[in-house]
Amino acid sequence: MTVEELFDQQAAEVERQNALENRIYCCTAAGCVSCGSEAVRKAIGEEIKSQGLTGKVEVCGTGCMGLCSKGPLVRTSKDDALYGGVDVSNAAALVSAPETLAPLRIDTSAPFFIKQKKIVLGNSGRVDPEKIMDYIAAGGYQALARACTELGPAGTLDEVKKSGLRGRGGAGYPTGLKWELVARQPGDVKYVVCNADEGDPGAFMDRSVLEGDPHRVLEGMAIAAYAVGAQQGYIYVRGEYALAIQRLQLAIRQAERERLLGNRILDSAFQFRVDLRIGAGAFVCGEETALLASIEGRRGQPRPRPPYPPEAGLWGKPTLINNVETFANIPPLIQNGGEWFASTGTATSKGTKVFALAGKIANTGLIEVPMGTPLREILFDIGGGVPGGLEFKAAQTGGPSGGCIPAEFLDTPVDYESLARIGSIMGSGGLIVMDSSSCMVDVARFFMEFCMDESCGKCIPCRAGTVQMHDILLRMTKGEASSRDMAILEELCTLLRETSLCGLGQTAPNPVVSTLRYFRPEYEMHIRDHRCPAGLCEMKGNEGGAR
Amino acid sequence: MSVVTLEIDGKVCTGVSGETVFDVAWNNGVKIPRLCHIGGLPNIGACRLCLVEVEGQKKLLPACITPVQEGMVVRTWSEKLIAHRRLIVELLFAERNHVCSVCVVNRNCELQDLAVELGLDHIRLRYQFPKLVADTSHERFGLDHNRCVLCTRCVRVCDEVEGAHTWDVSRRGALSQIIADLGEPWGESDTCTSCGKCVQVCPTGALFEKGKAVSEMRKDRGFLKYIVTAREKGQWIR
Amino acid sequence: MDPVNRKPSLATVWLGGCSGCHMSFLDLDERLIELAPLVEVKASPLTDYKDFPEVDITLVEGAVANRDHLEHIRTIRKRSKVLVSFGDCAVTGNVTGMRNAFSVPDCINRSYRDNSAVVVGIPSGNSVVPELLERAHPVHEVVDVDYYLPGCPPDGDAIHQLLVDLLNGRAPSSDGRRFG
Repeated sequence: MTVEELFDQQAAEVERQNALENRIYCCTAAGCVSCGSEAVRKAIGEEIKSQGLTGKVEVCGTGCMGLCSKGPLVRTSKDDALYGGVDVSNAAALVSAPETLAPLRIDTSAPFFIKQKKIVLGNSGRVDPEKIMDYIAAGGYQALARACTELGPAGTLDEVKKSGLRGRGGAGYPTGLKWELVARQPGDVKYVVCNADEGDPGAFMDRSVLEGDPHRVLEGMAIAAYAVGAQQGYIYVRGEYALAIQRLQLAIRQAERERLLGNRILDSAFQFRVDLRIGAGAFVCGEETALLASIEGRRGQPRPRPPYPPEAGLWGKPTLINNVETFANIPPLIQNGGEWFASTGTATSKGTKVFALAGKIANTGLIEVPMGTPLREILFDIGGGVPGGLEFKAAQTGGPSGGCIPAEFLDTPVDYESLARIGSIMGSGGLIVMDSSSCMVDVARFFMEFCMDESCGKCIPCRAGTVQMHDILLRMTKGEASSRDMAILEELCTLLRETSLCGLGQTAPNPVVSTLRYFRPEYEMHIRDHRCPAGLCEMKGNEGGAR
Repeated sequence: MSVVTLEIDGKVCTGVSGETVFDVAWNNGVKIPRLCHIGGLPNIGACRLCLVEVEGQKKLLPACITPVQEGMVVRTWSEKLIAHRRLIVELLFAERNHVCSVCVVNRNCELQDLAVELGLDHIRLRYQFPKLVADTSHERFGLDHNRCVLCTRCVRVCDEVEGAHTWDVSRRGALSQIIADLGEPWGESDTCTSCGKCVQVCPTGALFEKGKAVSEMRKDRGFLKYIVTAREKGQWIR
Repeated sequence: MDPVNRKPSLATVWLGGCSGCHMSFLDLDERLIELAPLVEVKASPLTDYKDFPEVDITLVEGAVANRDHLEHIRTIRKRSKVLVSFGDCAVTGNVTGMRNAFSVPDCINRSYRDNSAVVVGIPSGNSVVPELLERAHPVHEVVDVDYYLPGCPPDGDAIHQLLVDLLNGRAPSSDGRRFG
């Protein structure tokens, strides 16, 4: 496909879609699928046939529409409305008279919708992830065209640097800087790797992007490859994401057929192939050096850095690794320019951030907000607050590497620095809400169990330290721990942070450290009084004999 | 190759560029503790016992893989480092079933040596008592997982020096285990050449020669240097 | 120790161990004769005490393996000014702790059913055999311990050094000590 053809195809597809009487978008992301959206989609399809509307009305599956708690979600173009809690019996109405379904209609002027700003999720719920023409109609691959024809590699890099975009995988390293490091490396062979090994408990941002808008990620990778001079890319996606894998495979095939990936991209000399590598269920493979080892076919274990992947990555070659969400930010960033991107967010954290709201919150689902949005706005205006009349206790960000944020910090703006200041991290976007029925010792124990199970076993502090920390936390929840255990627990926190080989071990104590910082009296009650203030832990007392 | 001058524990030391902090320290009489490192094998920086403080660096650096740099100021025995090392060794003792009193290398064991060097007289952590077995299917050697510290010296010597790659690690975290081939009994391994190098480099009694009773086994720590010297210089000298 | 000319008192206790540490104690040989006038031995596995006495120094051999041990060590701790974990079983669990990888019923069956040649059967009722704890504990997991003397068994010299240090009111030196 040439650049002209790209624009022609877009115009043609937009025209075709506009000519339809009704286009029905049925959410087929994992959340809605789990409450029956596939059946709804099928019923709508049959209904179109039986009403003789083929060619006039069309149904398509889309990625996540955000409000997962109200699934299955369906959007209709006829009245431009969103319906929730739909079932097969609504199919007929959705096809020809959606306005009759008023009770199911979701008010899209509610704070949940209007307080969000969608850049990464711009297409999610609006394009069919299995049809490349849908993506092209939405302006897809035009950013790649702009990079290749207008900006050139250096100009593309400049835009990314200007944007202030930082890595969305958690650590927040400036993306432009990373690209530049790779671009500057000598040699013809370089790699671009997309880290899609999302593994934090409660996090499903990357999965939603891959399932809902896979071409955007491919386009982002292609732009990156163009800017740094790579010809081969890998997407390392966890094996559990079967739907994402399937859609990525399809998207790669479609993009190659349209010459948007592969050789002579957009009829230029630029070539870039993308292959999938499927993870086998190890959290540690989200750590970049372990991920690279796994792609190379070796045991997925981290190695000490330096050298960093931009200098020596896959098979010793310069390698750019970015997270799914980072790549997903690239097409709109290049399309509209770095300055446009930088106009959203705070001084040091630009753009938006996608969060997966989970736990004790009314509107569980996928949201995207400008960086710097106060936590209170995210949890109470968008998230709808804590249901069931219970009180908000803490929010957990950053998964097992993150921390718990108590109510007193609800007005903290969500950006990299502010979260770090209060002992948590941005992380990849998991946001778990806890209410007064949650025991913070048990929360810390849960995350420590996760780290213990996921430790690769290479370095001693993480392999054996997480076991001991979990052992102590477990005994605390049973009322069998002493103040001496508490002292050792804190020693272990320091040990793991300062001596573990990789980020997983170094950050594993964070949930303990942050809950100790804000909820120490709760720990003390477990130890001294054998009492769990949340009433969650069953205290058996000191039967076993040990102190 | 240029000469590098640096300061280690207040002592001015010289090394050659490309050498590690660990090697230069030892050559200058500063004995940094270690477990996964053994001269002649590639370093992996995994045991974290050789972590040192380097001025101007926020993080502790593993001496075995940190190259020396001109003007570097290194501290190898600060209070913090000692506390970390003690706790790491405590973690090892508590992790598996190190019943030293019935071990073939009792009193000839690098793990015991570390405990003594760091002044341990008891373990404050809970012993985990995992249920582990010993593989005694090999004609001449045995592997007792109870005593394994997962330093992977055996894996590396088998792969890099013997070239057989019989050993590797299966599973992960605390469940990690050294396995022969794809988890076969050692005695049935197709790749093992029975050279015994793994047994000699093993810091504990995990890999042992059969027929030895408690405290009877001595490991030959010098053979690896012998092989490396022979390879590098063509001289078969000990 | 007591400033008013009273001889310091010593007790040695045998919990879940093989008595090897006590044998090693006897390996002090002629040094026992030197020590004898300096201490009053108030309790040992050879004295028939009904109630554990108040003592200055107690050496505890063995792991805490059953309910009797548990009760006993708690009393001992209360009545001892200085408590020493004496030998590897007390310090680490050692051989006594080797059963900890298995469940209590498995251990009992192995001992009294599978491996028993004469009287096959599990002793029960009236606590003739004290009930085993879930696991055998090193002493410091159960009560506070002041000093540790590792070794299986600790050799005579180490025991002698420890006693001389304690009798002179010093913290025991760790010169030449092994661990593990």
